[in-house]
Amino acid sequence: MLLITCPHCGPRPELEFRWGGEAHVARPADPSALDDRAWSEFLFVRNNPKGLFAERWNHAHGCQRWFNALRDTHSDKFVATYPAGAPRPDIAAEDAR
Amino acid sequence: MLEIRNRATRAAPFPLAAETIGGVTIAPSPPRTRLSLRLRPLAAAGIGSVAGLVLDGPIGSTSECDGRRALRLGPDEWLLVADADEGDELAARVIGALAGTVHALVDVGHRSCGLLVSGAGAATALSAGCPLDLAPEAFPVGRATRTVLAKTEILLSHLDADTFEVECWRSYADYVRGFLLEAARGL
Ligand SMILES: [Zn+2]
Repeated sequence: MLLITCPHCGPRPELEFRWGGEAHVARPADPSALDDRAWSEFLFVRNNPKGLFAERWNHAHGCQRWFNALRDTHSDKFVATYPAGAPRPDIAAEDAR
Repeated sequence: MLEIRNRATRAAPFPLAAETIGGVTIAPSPPRTRLSLRLRPLAAAGIGSVAGLVLDGPIGSTSECDGRRALRLGPDEWLLVADADEGDELAARVIGALAGTVHALVDVGHRSCGLLVSGAGAATALSAGCPLDLAPEAFPVGRATRTVLAKTEILLSHLDADTFEVECWRSYADYVRGFLLEAARGL
């Protein structure tokens, strides 16, 4: 079974986790200043890279905290996990292999 | 706390008799006081302990004092467990110790019920539905965590070498008990 390292609980089985979409998507400071196109882009448009991707994950059946993970979408390898609010680790795709 | 004072007597969600199959005994835990405590990790580290229960231990650890237990379920979440008639006193002590500190203390005693799973095959029976590594090196006595058992969420505590406690929400109790009996039957 795939193990995911929760920043709080350590390595745990993937069954305990829920995926939460792309990480580091900042909510616009003043939504009322956006036009419909910009607002819909914030709401719906996400990256979908082949390779390293920063994602939000929730340890739903564990500590129930949200955290971020750097995952290779090609190999499904979790390269790094880090607490919510921390910056994306500076890891190049080649180093992660 | 008004809710605690008005505690209702509830029917047990499963048969009260212990059942032994394949060397595994499955028995209901006695009724308990269960308080969910939420507190910021920094505040917990500053306070250290309440009512003799250590708050700043590692996540997944249990602290025991006078038959009461505090399970650290996450960075900001603890489950305080005590005898059924100790709820008022324990809550008062926690509220007293945390006066002036932002926290939430909620009686969740009626939400869950517990099963004691004991015997040489206890870990094997649990492993039929729990994906955690339950070997003593990986999940030693004193560990407690939320996890999954088959299709339900449970709270798993390792009480002593051959005894685990499984807590689940009341409405899942029958399923959890049935699943464990079925798993023990296959040992
Ligand atoms: Zn966790």
